[in-house]
Amino acid sequence: MAMSQIDTPFADASMAAPESAVSVRGVSKNYGAVEALKNMSLEFPKGQLTSLLGPSGCGKTTLLKIIAGLIPADSGTIEVGGKAITGPGDDRAFVFQDFALLPWANVLRNVAFGLELRGVAKSEREAIAETYIANVGLAGFEKAFPHELSGGMRQRVGLARALSVDSQVLLLDEPFSAVDEQTRRKFQEDLLSLVENENKTFIFVTHSIEEAVYVSDQIAILLPRPSRVSEIIRPSSFRNKGVENIRRDPEYLDIVDEIWASLRNYVE
Amino acid sequence: MQVFGVKLPAMSSLLLWGLLWEIVGQMGLTFFVPPLSQVFATLFEIIGTPPFLKALWETGYAFFMGVFFAIVIGIPVGILMGKSRFLDELLLPWVNIFVSAPLTALVPVLMVLFGFGLTSIIITTTLFAIWIIILNARAGVRQINRSLVDMARSFGASPLDAFTKIYFWAALPEILGGVRIGVIRAVKGVIIGQLLISIVGFGALFELYASNFLMGHFWAVLIILFALAFSISEFLGYLERKVAYYAAKR
Ligand SMILES: Nc1ncnc2c1ncn2[C@@H]1O[C@H](COP(=O)(O)OP(=O)(O)O)[C@@H](O)[C@H]1O
Ligand SMILES: [Mg+2]
Repeated sequence: MAMSQIDTPFADASMAAPESAVSVRGVSKNYGAVEALKNMSLEFPKGQLTSLLGPSGCGKTTLLKIIAGLIPADSGTIEVGGKAITGPGDDRAFVFQDFALLPWANVLRNVAFGLELRGVAKSEREAIAETYIANVGLAGFEKAFPHELSGGMRQRVGLARALSVDSQVLLLDEPFSAVDEQTRRKFQEDLLSLVENENKTFIFVTHSIEEAVYVSDQIAILLPRPSRVSEIIRPSSFRNKGVENIRRDPEYLDIVDEIWASLRNYVE
Repeated sequence: MQVFGVKLPAMSSLLLWGLLWEIVGQMGLTFFVPPLSQVFATLFEIIGTPPFLKALWETGYAFFMGVFFAIVIGIPVGILMGKSRFLDELLLPWVNIFVSAPLTALVPVLMVLFGFGLTSIIITTTLFAIWIIILNARAGVRQINRSLVDMARSFGASPLDAFTKIYFWAALPEILGGVRIGVIRAVKGVIIGQLLISIVGFGALFELYASNFLMGHFWAVLIILFALAFSISEFLGYLERKVAYYAAKR
């Protein structure tokens, strides 16, 4: 992956190892006889978006849930902000593939629900929720219920909920896989501006090569059986060229091809 | 119901059966069936009388206490069984036995244990209602969307939060269904209790009227009882439909 690392104008800056927001060290996880993760280690640089990309069944969701503290690792440690985690915490927020909205609650309560669980007073949490509802473009839908919204709008609710607790690390498990293609593209653009403006660390699971290359500062390619990090790619030249130019950038196209070349053997 | 392509209002078949009852009664075939009109006359005659009000109070009190305990014990137990594999394996065989057991046979045992008073009647009522409430709450929890639980945990929900903010609401449509069936069974339970344990309330009225061959009175009280049970059940059915909109979308 020569093109992805050294040949940037800021080689020196990128040579100095960036500070990690999340460190995964030697993590293994078995489900009975299934080896979901084997001795996996990975660093997630602060303020950047890292994608976990790989064929389905390679342990992406498992790794993300272990980082979230939702399931325990069999061995190894996870550090968030330098501290080893023992369970879910205020420093991480999760965005779910199937949105995980309360069907009996309206948009306002759903967005405020993370804050509700963290004990924030009603008027305060609703004020915060209102801001994020507007930020994700759902102003006017505060009183709507999830079943009245499209898939894309529901995921905006899930995103607003995760943003409103103001955690340093956002964990997104294939958040756009259940929305249609146009909405998905809009989401990807919005995600780029979020990464730029929110100064949070994003860990983003996807099985789409194009999506990973489009949105990521760093891409970890995971391969199955046993699950391992096969390579780490850091696109370098097209990030600042504007969202509309990325898909035509030669580096973008090269990386997409290269990833496909290494993954194609694992597609049955 | 449709007759000759004309849609009749709900329950209009009742009118037909009422008419049949009136005809059979007027023909005087058996003392057992007095004309419906006479039954209703008796009904309005006794409905305000002190003995009737006393019976209504005694039965109503035992009924609501019994249902109350069935609900406040049954719903949490059902939810916990749905959540915990261990509790489920421990309790499910018993719940399954009791939900279909002929509970009337247990009433004499209750009388030995708890005496011939209100306590035994309330416990009988609870025993009739509780098992289906447990089973339904359990079923409601078991179909819960796992990612809702993960979501609550990821935002730091305590076990109590998860219980009151997720599990209860996710299972609510099933819980209400269980309560509705449980309440209907509780009507059965309270009457059986008041007939077998101590002759009070509506049980005493039935006993009194039947042994004195006052069939008009007997049917009148039975109709009132049916009407009360039906109204409660319809009200719960209405609540159930109000939450049904999200039942399919959890
Ligand atoms: N709760 C579970 N019980 C048993 N096996 C599981 C469980 N969750 C995941 N697995 C298995 O672990 C492997 C990794 O799964 P997962 O992390 O969901 O992969 P991905 O998200 O990359 O598709 C798969 O083989 C899957 O079948
Ligand atoms: Mg997955």
